[in-house]
Amino acid sequence: MSILDSIRTALRAIAANRLRSGLTALGLVIGVASVIVLIAVGQGAQQGVQERIRGLGSDLIFVKPAAQTDRSTGARGAQGGGITLTAADADAITEAKIPGVVGIAPQLSFNAQAIAQSQNLGVTIIGTTPSYADVRDARVAQGAFIGADDIDRRSLTIVLGSAVAASLFPDGDAIGQQVRIALGPQGFNFRVLGVMEPRGGTGEQDNYAFIPVSSLSARFQFLRNPRGDISVNQINIRTAPGAKQEPIETAITDVLAQRHQVVTPDFTVQSQNDLVGAAAEVSRTLSILLGSIAGISLIVGGIGTMNIMLVSVTERTREIGIRRAVGARGTDVMRQFVTEAIVLSLVGGLIGTGIGVGVAMGIDGRDISGTAMQTAIQTWSIVLAFGVALLVGLISGSYPAFRAARLDPILALRSE
Amino acid sequence: MIHLENVEKVYRTEAGEVRALDGVSLDVQAGEFIAIMGSSGSGKSTMMNIIGLLDDPTAGTYTLDGADVSKLDDDTRSKLRGRLFGFVFQSYNLVPRMTAVEQVELPLLYQRGTNRRAMALEALDRVGLADRASHQPNQLSGGQQQRVAIARSLVVHPNVILADEPTGALDTRTSEEVMGIFGNLAREQRITVVVVTHESNIADFTNRTVRMRDGLIISDERRLQVIPSSASSPDASIPVSEVGS
Ligand SMILES: Nc1ncnc2c1ncn2[C@@H]1O[C@H](COP(=O)(O)OP(=O)(O)O)[C@@H](O)[C@H]1O
Ligand SMILES: [Mg+2]
Repeated sequence: MSILDSIRTALRAIAANRLRSGLTALGLVIGVASVIVLIAVGQGAQQGVQERIRGLGSDLIFVKPAAQTDRSTGARGAQGGGITLTAADADAITEAKIPGVVGIAPQLSFNAQAIAQSQNLGVTIIGTTPSYADVRDARVAQGAFIGADDIDRRSLTIVLGSAVAASLFPDGDAIGQQVRIALGPQGFNFRVLGVMEPRGGTGEQDNYAFIPVSSLSARFQFLRNPRGDISVNQINIRTAPGAKQEPIETAITDVLAQRHQVVTPDFTVQSQNDLVGAAAEVSRTLSILLGSIAGISLIVGGIGTMNIMLVSVTERTREIGIRRAVGARGTDVMRQFVTEAIVLSLVGGLIGTGIGVGVAMGIDGRDISGTAMQTAIQTWSIVLAFGVALLVGLISGSYPAFRAARLDPILALRSE
Repeated sequence: MIHLENVEKVYRTEAGEVRALDGVSLDVQAGEFIAIMGSSGSGKSTMMNIIGLLDDPTAGTYTLDGADVSKLDDDTRSKLRGRLFGFVFQSYNLVPRMTAVEQVELPLLYQRGTNRRAMALEALDRVGLADRASHQPNQLSGGQQQRVAIARSLVVHPNVILADEPTGALDTRTSEEVMGIFGNLAREQRITVVVVTHESNIADFTNRTVRMRDGLIISDERRLQVIPSSASSPDASIPVSEVGS
C-alpha cells in the first residue's frame, strides 16, 4: 500500500466519522493553541520588562540605598526604602575620578500632586542636578533644564515631563507659569523652567517633573536629613560608551564603603545590564512556567487522542478483519492507524496554530483586568507546538495501531 | 491444486482442548464448484480459514499448487491470501460508510497495479451492480450487498473463492442468484468455488459435496453435471451480469 493510498484511506476514515475525529483532534487543538498563546504572553511580558529597562538609557550604573532591616522586628524594607545616600556621596564619586565614568547625577524622587490653573495631576518629582539631562539622556524641548545657579540658589523652579506639561497646560505655553507641588500638608509654587521631549516607551518618564535637589530638602521638611545633608534615593552614573562596567561598579562600591564606614553596605550598585539580567531571569521563569502548563495540556490532549484512537480500533475491529482477509498485512493495518493519527494531529496542529495565533494577536494590547497585555508570537513556539503535537499524535496512535495489527483476522471478522 | 493431508486444528481454551479439525484430507482441482455441508461446529469454517490462509493447521500439511504453505509467516500468508483467494461471508462483511466501488477496490489497495477504479467497476458489472457503484451498504438490499462482496472477492482474479454460508442471510430467490454467479465463475473462468451451506438445494448447484462431522470428512460425492434444483436456476448460456437485479 503506497503512502498516498495510506493518506487517502486515513482521510476517508477521518471524514467518515467527523464527530469522533473532531474529538480526537480537539485535545491537540487546545494543546497547540495554549502553547502558542502562553509562550506569546510570557515572551511579551519579557519584552515589555526589557523595553522598560532599556528605556532608562544605556551605559548606566545605579546606586541605591540598600534594603534596611528594622532591628526590633527584623522586617526587611523594600530596596531603596531607607534613605542612606546623600548628594555628598555623589560628589565623592565625582571626585574619585573613576576611569570610564563620564557623568553623575543624584536624584531624590517621590510622588506628589501637581496643580496648575484648574488642572491637578499625580506626578513623580525628581530632585536632581543639571548633569541629570546628560546622564539620563533627557532632552529639553522648550526652555531650559535645571542650571547650576538653580542648585546654588535653591530656587523654586521646575522642568516638566512632556505628559505633565500637556496635562497641566493643554494650550501649551507652560514656560514661566506657576505649578504648585503639594505633598501632604505642604505645598510650594514652582516656576516652569522648561518642558522635556517625550521619551515614549511606557510613558513613565514623561510623567516626571524635575526640581533642583537642593530646593527639595530646603523646602520639604520631611526630606531633611538630620545632619543637614541632602538625601537622595538614587545616584545615576553614566559610563563611557562600551566601557566595562564591572570594574567601575567595584570602584564605586569602594568609594562609598569607605565613606559610610559600614560592614554590610547600606547601598547597592547595579548596572543596567544587571537589571536587564535580573528581569530576564524573572520573566524566563515565567515563560518556563507558562510553557510547562501549556506542555501539560498538550500531553493531556495526546492522552485524549490515544483514548479515542483505542475506541476507534475497537469499533473498527471488523473492518480490520476485512482488510486482513483481502490481503492487508499486520504492518499495513498498523500503518493505516498510525497515518490516521498523524493526519489527525496535523489537522489538529493546524487548527490549534490558527486559534493560538488568533488569540495571541487578539489579546495583544488589550486591557485585561487592569494590565495591558503584551504578546509576542514566537515562530519557534509554533514549530515546537506543531512538532510536539505530531509526536504526541504519533505516540498515541502507535499503541492502538499496534493493537490493531496484532488482532487475529478470524476473530476480527467475527466481532460485532 | 489444493491438497490437505491429515490436517488437524486444535484450539486450546480454558475449558480444555477443542479439536476443530481431527485429521482432514481433501483434494480440490481448479475450477471445481464444491459444497461443504455439516452441522454447526463440525469444523467447516475452520477448514475454510485454513484453506484461505487466514489460519494455519496445528498438524498435517497443506499444499497449494505444489508448495507447502502449512507454516508460512504472517506477511507471506497475507500476500498470498490477497492474490489467490477471495472471501465471501454470511454477514457480507462490508465496511460501513464506504461506497460499493470502494469496497471492491479494497483488495487492490494491498497489491501492485493501477486502474483500481476500472477493475472494481468491471467486477461490479460482472455481478450486475454497475449502477450501484456509489451506494453505501445501508443503501443496498441483502442480496445486493452480498453481490458487492462477491465482486470484491473476484476483483483480484483469484484462483479460489471461499464462501462461508453466503446464502445464510438471503431468501431463496436471491440465494439462487448468488449460487448462479458462483457457478458461472467456476465454469467460465475456472475459478475454484468452495461454498459452505446447510441447505441441500443450495448444495445441488455445485458438482461436489463434502460432508463433515466432528472435525472429520464423512463423505465426498462428485456429480458430473450441475443438476439445477429449480427452473429459475441460471443457465450456462446466460451471462453473469444479467443475473438477478
Ligand atoms: N477460536 C476458537 N477458539 C476455540 N474454539 C474454536 C475457535 N474457533 C472454532 N472453535 C471450535 O471449533 C469447532 C469448529 O468450529 P467451526 O469450524 O466454526 O464450525 P462450523 O463452521 O462447522 O460451524 C467448534 O466446536 C468451535 O467451538
Ligand atoms: Mg461456521
